[in-house]
Amino acid sequence: MIADFFFVLFAVMAIGGATAMVFARNPLASLLYLVMAFFALSGIFVLLDAHFIAAVNLIVYAGAILVLFLFVIMLLNLGRTEKSDLRGPLYRIIGIVVAGAFFGLLLVMLRGGHATSMAGGMGQATIDAMLESQGAVGIVAEPMFRSYLVPFEITSLLLLVAIVGAIVLARRKAP
Amino acid sequence: MVNLLESFLRVAQHAEAGYHPVLPGLILLLPLLGFVINGLGAFLWRDNKRVPSVVGPLAIIGAFAIVVANFLAMRGAMPHDPAVVSLWTWMAVGDLSIGVDLQFDQLSILMMLVVTGVSSVIHVYSIGYMRADPGYSRYFAYLNLFVFFMLILVMGGNFPIMFVGWEGVGLCSYLLIGFWYENRDFASAGKKAFIVNRIGDFGFLVAMFLIFTHFGTLNFTEVFAAAPETLVFGGGVVTLTTLLLFLGATGKSAQIPLYVWLPDAMAGPTPVSALIHAATMVTAGVYMVARSGVLFAMSPVSQAIVAAVGAGTALLAATIATQQYDIKKVLAYSTVSQLGYMFLAVGIGAFTAGVFHLMTHAFFKALLFLGSGAVIHAMHEAYHQVHRHDDPNDMRNHGGLKNVMPITWATMWIGTVAIAGIFPFAGFFSKDEIIWSAGSYGYVVLWVVAIITAILTAAYMTRLMVLTFHGENRSGADAKPHIREVPAVMWVPLAILAFLSLVGGWVQIPDALPVLPAVDALHHWLEPVMEPARHVMMEHGFHQAHEAPLGGGEAAWAIISTVLALFVVVLTFRAMVHRRYSPAAESEAPTGFAGVLYNKWYVDELYDRVIIRPLLALWRGCWKIVDDGIIDGSLNALASGTRMVGWVGSLFQTGRVAGYMFWFVTGVVLILALLLL
Amino acid sequence: MEIETYTLILSALLFAIGTAGVLLRRNAIIMFMCIELMLNAVNLTLVVFSRSLGIEAQVFVFFVMAVAAAEAAVGLAIIIAIFRHYELVDVDRFNLLKW
Repeated sequence: MIADFFFVLFAVMAIGGATAMVFARNPLASLLYLVMAFFALSGIFVLLDAHFIAAVNLIVYAGAILVLFLFVIMLLNLGRTEKSDLRGPLYRIIGIVVAGAFFGLLLVMLRGGHATSMAGGMGQATIDAMLESQGAVGIVAEPMFRSYLVPFEITSLLLLVAIVGAIVLARRKAP
Repeated sequence: MVNLLESFLRVAQHAEAGYHPVLPGLILLLPLLGFVINGLGAFLWRDNKRVPSVVGPLAIIGAFAIVVANFLAMRGAMPHDPAVVSLWTWMAVGDLSIGVDLQFDQLSILMMLVVTGVSSVIHVYSIGYMRADPGYSRYFAYLNLFVFFMLILVMGGNFPIMFVGWEGVGLCSYLLIGFWYENRDFASAGKKAFIVNRIGDFGFLVAMFLIFTHFGTLNFTEVFAAAPETLVFGGGVVTLTTLLLFLGATGKSAQIPLYVWLPDAMAGPTPVSALIHAATMVTAGVYMVARSGVLFAMSPVSQAIVAAVGAGTALLAATIATQQYDIKKVLAYSTVSQLGYMFLAVGIGAFTAGVFHLMTHAFFKALLFLGSGAVIHAMHEAYHQVHRHDDPNDMRNHGGLKNVMPITWATMWIGTVAIAGIFPFAGFFSKDEIIWSAGSYGYVVLWVVAIITAILTAAYMTRLMVLTFHGENRSGADAKPHIREVPAVMWVPLAILAFLSLVGGWVQIPDALPVLPAVDALHHWLEPVMEPARHVMMEHGFHQAHEAPLGGGEAAWAIISTVLALFVVVLTFRAMVHRRYSPAAESEAPTGFAGVLYNKWYVDELYDRVIIRPLLALWRGCWKIVDDGIIDGSLNALASGTRMVGWVGSLFQTGRVAGYMFWFVTGVVLILALLLL
Repeated sequence: MEIETYTLILSALLFAIGTAGVLLRRNAIIMFMCIELMLNAVNLTLVVFSRSLGIEAQVFVFFVMAVAAAEAAVGLAIIIAIFRHYELVDVDRFNLLKW
């Protein structure tokens, strides 16, 4: 019962934050709404028994990536409330209609996927037993370092390339 | 490699063991080397005339010396079978194996002697004639290259190698006719020669294919040895093959219907006309027919056609020659006519007579051309001095040159009596043998045509001499004092050729002639090569009579013909020498029948109407409809279609991120809808 | 109805909101943030399915995060570079993607 309450709370926070982000006029406000939405999502991860993911989401996503956005907004001095950069009414209607259609289609797709996955699902008891025996980190670490070691290592390469690329692109040209 | 080097450098050894070719590769290598050096010179030391003057003639004289050594070696051994030197394998594909083979037999040695000998003389003459030409080095490069290819043609031991030479001399002929390529007419004359020759080459090629399909080889020795057993006498295959070969010969040797290129080929420098378009290259067809004598002997139909075409060409060209005013055109038609004689001879099976006339003709026609070159040279220099642009080739501008150019005059007269067939000059023996063969073999019509042509020849040559050297000078008062005899480097070759025109016929003196010692050197010399063809003819009912169609033996007709020729010469001379002629600029074109002859029976015009214009119209139609309409049209339609699609696509390419986003998301939505709904 | 069902609806909704944000905003940085939101909506889906289909799905959440980090770093660097040149971040003014 208490879980349902928290779920509704977090869901409302996430939807509200996301919507506010889209419509806020100040980029800084947008960013903070997004951080709020991410906090709410972390809560939902906890409700789904993904404790480690929830923590990483906060630390890496909200804590690192979004702060990077914050830096950029500050660096470019965009943190002012100005004339909205939302598009005109016609485009707004079209955009919302397309997004709505997208939502509907995603619902159809996810419902199909959910129905199949439930048929062969593990059930709450199995998950609890796994968490008990391996711990929140252990259940993710096991497949990551056994089955997905190579992709994991390649990810580090991707990040390296991204770092180098970011430096090259953002570097001030020599005068 | 060692073998190759050895074959290049092999010197005659063991003369008692038979004949071995002396330095066979070097004969070809020397002219090629000359070509390379002079060709480089045309780029590198364009203004240096000393190098080509030395290298050009020396390369040919060197080759001539080796050929003479070969001739002496062969005369000592007198082998029955040809000596074949294989340098390397050119191509080997399936059953087909073609080697670079050089064949040394009596016929090829004779041809090599004529080619290198006459070439040497003409190269020396060219030093004087081309002295002032800016393309001096290029000229000698082409000339050396020509000798190289001509030697390949006569030395080749199989049809493909012969064809290489055949095409090569065609190329050199084209290059040298269009030597002064700045002149549009001269360049088109070169093209005309090349294109007309292509028609003949087509025949040669197809004949080679036929020979290969039936014999499985293209080597002369094997083909000719196997021919009597492999092919049916008078059958369709041998007839078709020989007719196709003859088509090739009509192109190269300027016979009906492909003779039209040769008179235009006079656009080249005169020594070129002498060497290529009189003495050597144009006789390649005769050589080829004589070489393939066995095949021709097996097809009476082909023989008849060859002889008829030869006789027809001889008569036609001789009639045209009587009304030309360009001194080189007269000689050109005379060449066509004399080539007709040779084909008449090889056509009726008198191969040796044809080759004999080929040889003597090379001497006196080269002499006549070089003489005309001397006249043109002198006239050109004179006009050049007084800055006039009259035609130095037109005989109406000549006249009375006898007094200022005595050496040229004397040597030209020797050439004239030689070609007219007057005893004891070279032309008498060879022409008489052809006429006698035609008569005694029973070809009455050919015999009559040959005699008429001989009379015409005497007439037009005397006309040429009278117009050029006798009477009064018509070059104009200003130019007249500037006409001079040509330098020694030019008249010495004339003298050499005049000597050859005198004695060249003495290698073959019929025993029927009274008083004279009978000489059978040429027949004896060519016996090993011509014997198989003769044998084939003998087997199939050939026989030679001892009387001409009107009665009378060989001696009688020899005397009749020489008296007749002498009579015509004297008559023409006396009729023309006192007449007055007006210079070219003041003359009117001949009318009536003379006009028809002057315009060469309108053959060029006929070809233009019947062949060239319909072809041009056809190709123009193809160009407009097929090329422009269908091919270009479809391509253009494709291109503009692509451009339309691109234009529609470019409407989406606004360059604005928002637009791309919108289409991207819309696309995702549509794809999802398609997949899910 | 279980929590998984609602979570999936939530993730679809967040994804759609992110899409709408990308389509509606002109500010490049906010468009980027919308994309981050969409990525996180996907993460949510992955976690939901990890409960029924196996815990491996959570590994992909990490990969998504890594890609998101890389993308953010490079994308923001591009935005900075463009800003230096034009002094603005309005994507409608960047029309150099033509040709």
